[in-house]
Amino acid sequence: MVAASDASVLNGSGAKTLTGPGAHSGKISARDVNVFYGENQALKSVNVGIPERSVMAFIGPSGCGKSTFLRCINRMNDTIAGCRVTGKITLDNEDIYDSKLDVVQLRARVGMVFQKPNPFPKSIFDNIAYGPRIHGLAQSKTDLEGIVTASLKKAGLWDEVKDRLKEQGTGLSGGQQQRLCIARAIAVGPEVILMDEPCSALDPIATARIEELIDDLRKNFTIVIVTHSMQQAARVSQHTAFFHLGSLVEKGETQQIFMAPTDKRTQDYITGRIG
Amino acid sequence: MTRLLLSALILALGGAAYGLATDRARQLSGGKLSNLHSRLSYYGFFVALWTVLPALLLVIAWSIAEPMVMHSVVQSQLPADILTKSKAEVAMVDSSIGTIADGFQRLTPTELAAALASKTSLVDLLGSKGVALGTEPEAFQIAAAQQLNRWSDLSRYGITTIALGLAALGFVLSMFRLTGKLRARNAVEKIMLAGLVGASTVAILTTAGIVLSMLLETIHFFQKVPPQDFFLSTVWDPRFSAAGSTGTAGGQFGLLPLLWGTTYISLVALVVAVPIGLLAAIYMSEYASKRVRTVVKPMLELLAGIPTIVYGLFALISFGPFLRDAGAAIGVPVSASSVLTAGFVMGIMLIPFVSSLSDDVINAVPQTLRDGSLGLGATRSETIKQVVLPAALPGVIGAVLLAASRAIGETMIVVLAAGIAANITVNPLQPVTTMTVKIVSQLTGDLEFNSPQTLVAFALGLTLFTITLGLNIYALSVVRRFREHYE
Amino acid sequence: MTDVTVDTGYTSPSISALDPEAVRRRVAQRRAAEWRFQAYGVAAITFGLLCVALLFTVIVAKGWPAFLQSTLKLEVAFDPAVIDPAGKRVTDDIMAADYQALAAAAIYKQLGIAPDDAVATALADGLLSTGADVDLRKLVLADPSIIGKTQSVYLLANGNVDAVLKGAIDRAVPEASRQIKDQQLAWVDQLVTGGRLSKAFNWGLFTRGASSQPETAGLGVAVIGSFFMMITVLLVAVPLGVAAAIYLEEFAAKNRWTDFVEVNISNLAAVPSIVFGLLGLAILINFVGLPRSASLVGGLVLALMTLPTVIIAARAAITAVPPSIRQAALGIGASKMQSIFHHVLPLAMPGILTGTIIGLAKALGETAPLLMIGMVAFVVDYPRTPLDPATALPVQIYMWSTAQERGFVERTSGATMVLLVFLLAMNLIAVILRRRFERKW
Ligand SMILES: Nc1ncnc2c1ncn2[C@@H]1O[C@H](COP(=O)(O)OP(=O)(O)OP(=O)(O)O)[C@@H](O)[C@H]1O
Ligand SMILES: [Mg+2]
Repeated sequence: MVAASDASVLNGSGAKTLTGPGAHSGKISARDVNVFYGENQALKSVNVGIPERSVMAFIGPSGCGKSTFLRCINRMNDTIAGCRVTGKITLDNEDIYDSKLDVVQLRARVGMVFQKPNPFPKSIFDNIAYGPRIHGLAQSKTDLEGIVTASLKKAGLWDEVKDRLKEQGTGLSGGQQQRLCIARAIAVGPEVILMDEPCSALDPIATARIEELIDDLRKNFTIVIVTHSMQQAARVSQHTAFFHLGSLVEKGETQQIFMAPTDKRTQDYITGRIG
Repeated sequence: MTRLLLSALILALGGAAYGLATDRARQLSGGKLSNLHSRLSYYGFFVALWTVLPALLLVIAWSIAEPMVMHSVVQSQLPADILTKSKAEVAMVDSSIGTIADGFQRLTPTELAAALASKTSLVDLLGSKGVALGTEPEAFQIAAAQQLNRWSDLSRYGITTIALGLAALGFVLSMFRLTGKLRARNAVEKIMLAGLVGASTVAILTTAGIVLSMLLETIHFFQKVPPQDFFLSTVWDPRFSAAGSTGTAGGQFGLLPLLWGTTYISLVALVVAVPIGLLAAIYMSEYASKRVRTVVKPMLELLAGIPTIVYGLFALISFGPFLRDAGAAIGVPVSASSVLTAGFVMGIMLIPFVSSLSDDVINAVPQTLRDGSLGLGATRSETIKQVVLPAALPGVIGAVLLAASRAIGETMIVVLAAGIAANITVNPLQPVTTMTVKIVSQLTGDLEFNSPQTLVAFALGLTLFTITLGLNIYALSVVRRFREHYE
Repeated sequence: MTDVTVDTGYTSPSISALDPEAVRRRVAQRRAAEWRFQAYGVAAITFGLLCVALLFTVIVAKGWPAFLQSTLKLEVAFDPAVIDPAGKRVTDDIMAADYQALAAAAIYKQLGIAPDDAVATALADGLLSTGADVDLRKLVLADPSIIGKTQSVYLLANGNVDAVLKGAIDRAVPEASRQIKDQQLAWVDQLVTGGRLSKAFNWGLFTRGASSQPETAGLGVAVIGSFFMMITVLLVAVPLGVAAAIYLEEFAAKNRWTDFVEVNISNLAAVPSIVFGLLGLAILINFVGLPRSASLVGGLVLALMTLPTVIIAARAAITAVPPSIRQAALGIGASKMQSIFHHVLPLAMPGILTGTIIGLAKALGETAPLLMIGMVAFVVDYPRTPLDPATALPVQIYMWSTAQERGFVERTSGATMVLLVFLLAMNLIAVILRRRFERKW
């Protein structure tokens, strides 16, 4: 049992890890990724490596392609008609767009948390148990209960809901719902968790809780988060990538990006001149 | 035709009033139209409406009331012994008087007086004028016919005078009110608004009319047949309504076999329509590409545009005989009209209904829920079965209930394909009958409005209306709540 | 804020930690389930499409012969002794003449039968429609100068002859149990080779009225009746429906009463149509005293039935007009009424029209309520006003569907084809209107 300390959250760079992303391939690596929505090109030749067991933040002005890239990583773009992806993205050096790879398995390994909390209209328990059930992760009922309990605990929701597991997940508060969704993603034991602006629908207190949670989860998971909040990126991430108009402009350790950006556009964005 | 002429005349007067009023308003403005409150045409409309509306409403009201008044005029002339006869006979006498009156109108008064005085054959006389009489009319018929003619003359002149007077009065009064300060537009718009409000109440009046008329006839029915014999009896055997007979005439009017038949056929229809309609809707909205959708959807909707008589005909000439022959081939007796025939064909009819309602419902489930499930690594079908459908469940239930209400009230398919025998059987290869079939069979042909054989149709209609209304209200409120939940 | 605890004692199982073979098998199973599910969907849609195809095929296969009718081309002598023995040329006499005898004489002559050969003449009579006289009478009434002349006339053949020509009678069946005798068959063949007997387009199907003989039965009365009804629906339901929609969308305050009206309208849209028939019977016929079988009554009943459809369509069309249009009109000083009638309504018109046509199409195919108000009637003459007795297209189909003769069976499906063509045309117009005027704001 380890209690996360606030200090470690504020001191984002405390994790003394790794050389810069891109220097070596990392958990996930993207090579020359282009994405098209019909005729429109949304991403242009993106190259990036995402290191294991750390948090990487994607920042950039609206419409620059952050979500699009995030959705490439677990192939959620497959569900959009007319969306085409070229280039190569690997997870542990396996090409995730390989036709032999099953997208269902990929998504079990790369989970996703969305901008708006989207609990299923089921009980809290069933929300969490949904993933393990479809993937056959639990051999018995006790197994399943163990997974649900552990996931809720990891998501920091256990104390609030332990007496109401049978109630509807949609009956929780917004912040609780988002943690429920995180717990739901954790429950299938993913290696990577993608979060698309997970706090944009939440108030500051709920946001703080999620941020604490992310910092905690980093010990077990590789996390990629899209955010519009510079402070949030600074607080939770170790690495940051800046997107602009469909291109990845600059990437590096968070401290370096925020303190000494090399690209003019990054500097302008961080100081609030574009966006 | 005169009524039409009168209406046309009133409208023409309205046109004239419009012209006079605009002239007058122009005069009042003293050449500067901005002195007036409203545009010229509103002054015209103001006066025209006052000229036309009261008069026209009177004509319409009188046109509706006149037949009833005339009927009572004739009735008052009939001798007591005729009135005690059966309703059909009275109606016959009634119509013969109408014919005689019509014939008299074609004679000049002197011709008529001469004919009546000289007792020449009226059959021949009127026959030569193109009015065919069956038998020589009796004295009371002649008297009634003359009375009828007097009254209808009176009515014709009376209504003409009064209506034209009313139009003149409206014209004069509204012209007096015509000043430059008159807020003509507001006045006209007030009348228009009243018209709009009136139109919106027609739907309510219709419902009220349905309930009241059926309730009244049903009460009549229950005066002849006690309610428990209707609601609780298992025997439907209305017999024929013998002419001239009053009282129950020995028929039995058990609702239960009809209710059973209705329910059974509707169930079969739903068993066919719900899975197919739902699956089709799911495939269309979750899997089909846009191209497929634009081609296939309208083709399926063709089914919805086909009148039910065509489905009934299909069951009668094709599906029923097919089932019967198929049954005969494997040694199972199937009657040509059966629960299965009617239910199956009705199911086909309901497929587009179920599928378009479910389509709406499924599309109302937010995409974020699907994303959440797919993002966890669920397949599409798992997402649909475990997330989308449970989320859409209330809406789907609403759709099924609406379909059930449709099935229960459906008439032509069962009339042609279900049979007429009021059986209570669980064998789907046997004929049963439904409430709607019996309403039709009790009301086609000659009607005897006092007999329970006719009145029972209204009791059945009220039962049908109550059941479907309950289903509709419940289903619509479920669907509405479902929509609001995801809006 | 420090209650975030992580239970490191338990790690959730992960898919990568499971036996790869088991995972592979499970995924294969799930893929199969996915495939099955999609197959169900495709099957459901295929079933629906097959039903559409089957329905149309059955109707067309059974109905197309109704559009052809066997006709005999005979040299008819308009014998004054038969038509007008008194020689006064008054209409009544001409009306009452025995025209069937003229037709019979012509066919005897054609076949070379002696008029006093009782057996042969009886058989020859069987080749003619019993309704042949009607057409001859019409001919003479139209032009009495024809009396005394001999002219080539196309006359309806008997239903059995028609059946032979359409291949519906099996010649292999023994004569005793065949509806047409060997001698008659021989004559038929003789007439066909002589070019005297052939199938022609059946105009009568569209022009004739009710008849107990299939050859002389047509849809004329039904088409006119249906037309009167549609006009009534148009004149009653559209103004009322649009007015109600305007009130509900633009003026009505959001209160209990409005809610009640709305619930009422949506429920009325789902009331079984037969109930509207009962309403018509109880109120329009029994209470107001309008005549039974009149297309006016049918039209009124259908109008009430269509009203909710029109209201709902009109409301949708009116809400689709963006508020900016209203504000613009109000902004330049128009009253609310003016902004609606001058600006909103014209823009909403295509939508209203589309909804109206679809409502009309529904009304045109409706049968059940019309049965209640006596539209099941044997009407021979065209109705001249909406108050005259008439029938309607779907009711005519219903009436014919209960008849057993082969001629009526094919006419039932033929009439259905006519009805479907009308409906398709209306729906097509609605679709075109929608495409043409569809506007994205
Ligand atoms: N489903 C889609 N179909 C077509 N174009 C899309 C679709 N989704 C995104 N786009 C386009 O792709 C581009 C990138 O969109 P994306 O959603 O990735 O931006 P983003 O960086 O996430 O913006 P935001 O910060 O507003 O979420 C945009 O120009 C957008 O219009
Ligand atoms: Mg985004």
